[in-house]
Amino acid sequence: MSMINYASREINCKIVYYGPGLGGKTTNLEYIYNKVAPTTRGKLISLATETERTLFFDFLPVDLGTIRGFKTRFHLYTVPGQVYYNASRKLILKGVDGVVFVADSQVERLDANIESMHNLYENLAEYGYDLRQIPFVIQYNKRDLPNVSAVEELERHLNPDRVPSYEGVATKGIGVFDTLKAVAKLVIKSLG
Amino acid sequence: MTPGGAPSWSFGPSDSQRIEEILNNLLYESNARCALLVDRTGQLVTTVGEQPNFDSAAFASLTAADFSANDQLASLIGEEEFSSLFHQGRNESMYLADVGKRLILVVLFNQQTTLGLVRIKIKDAVAGLNKAFEEVFGRAEDEESPALERGFVDEAEDEIDRLFRE
Repeated sequence: MSMINYASREINCKIVYYGPGLGGKTTNLEYIYNKVAPTTRGKLISLATETERTLFFDFLPVDLGTIRGFKTRFHLYTVPGQVYYNASRKLILKGVDGVVFVADSQVERLDANIESMHNLYENLAEYGYDLRQIPFVIQYNKRDLPNVSAVEELERHLNPDRVPSYEGVATKGIGVFDTLKAVAKLVIKSLG
Repeated sequence: MTPGGAPSWSFGPSDSQRIEEILNNLLYESNARCALLVDRTGQLVTTVGEQPNFDSAAFASLTAADFSANDQLASLIGEEEFSSLFHQGRNESMYLADVGKRLILVVLFNQQTTLGLVRIKIKDAVAGLNKAFEEVFGRAEDEESPALERGFVDEAEDEIDRLFRE
C-alpha cells in the first residue's frame, strides 16, 4: 500500500526482504546502507537478538529525491527468517509494495527455502494479497560457496512464475543492487 | 492501486488542513509537545507541534511495529485490541491511540501536562480523526487517485539507476 501524500507531495513505498533464516537478508540491507550516499539514506534500525539474529525487523529508508514534484522514498524492511518468528514476520508484510525473496543457495537449505516461500504465500494471502500480482524478485544468494544447488534447480523449485531472479554474494555486494534496482523499478511501474 | 495488493490511498491539501487543525487543537488543549500520525504500515503521515529532533522515518516504522506487536499480544490474551498504549519515561512520555484501524496517533508530552488530561483530549481528537479519515478512505475506494504526472516512471527509473550503482 504505497501512500501518496498530495499535501506534502510525498510517495513512500515499502519493500520487504523475505527468506529463510541466515540467508543474507540483513546483509543485503547492510551493504545498501554502506554503499549509497549517506545523504540519501536514514538510519539502519535493527531489532536483533544479542547474537545478531533478526528478532523483529531491520529497517532502512532510502531517498530517491524529488521526482516530478514528489519526494519519493523506499522503505526497506527485512523479516526474521527463523520459523518460529512467524507472528512478527507477518506483521512486517502489512502494506507491502514489493517483495525480494533472498534464497540460500546451499544444497542443504533447499527445504528451508521452499518452506519459507510457502510461508510467504500464506502470510500474504492472509492479508488478501496475491504474490503473483505484487512486484516480486528473487535473489539466489551465497553463490560463492562450494555446495550450492544449480540455479536451474532453484528456479524449478522456487520460481514457477519466472519472476526476475539474480545470483548474489551479499557479503561482497554481488547482485545486491541488481536485485534492489529490479524490485524498485517494478514498484515504481505499479504506481504509474 | 496495486492489483492484488492493498489499495493505495492518498489525501490532498484540504484533508491535510482538516487533520492538522484537529491535531493542533489537541496540542493546545492537552499542553502536549508534539503529535504525529503514522499509518499502520509504518509511514509518517503528518507531524504538528514542536518538530521532533529524531529520525522520524525510524520513529514511524517502530511505532507501527510496536502497535502491531501489541495487537497480537491483545489477541493472545483474548482481547480484540488494545486501542491505546502508554509509554512512560522519566522526562518524556508517549501515548499512542488507534485511528480507524488504519492509522496511529502518537502524542509526545512531558511534565508540563498530565497523563489524565492527555488521555481525555486524545479521545476527542481520535473521534474527529476517525470521521475525517472515513471520508479519505471512502473516497480512495470509490475513485481513482489523481494520476502521477506523465514521465514520473521514466524519471524515477533513471534516478534508481543513478542511486543504486557500485
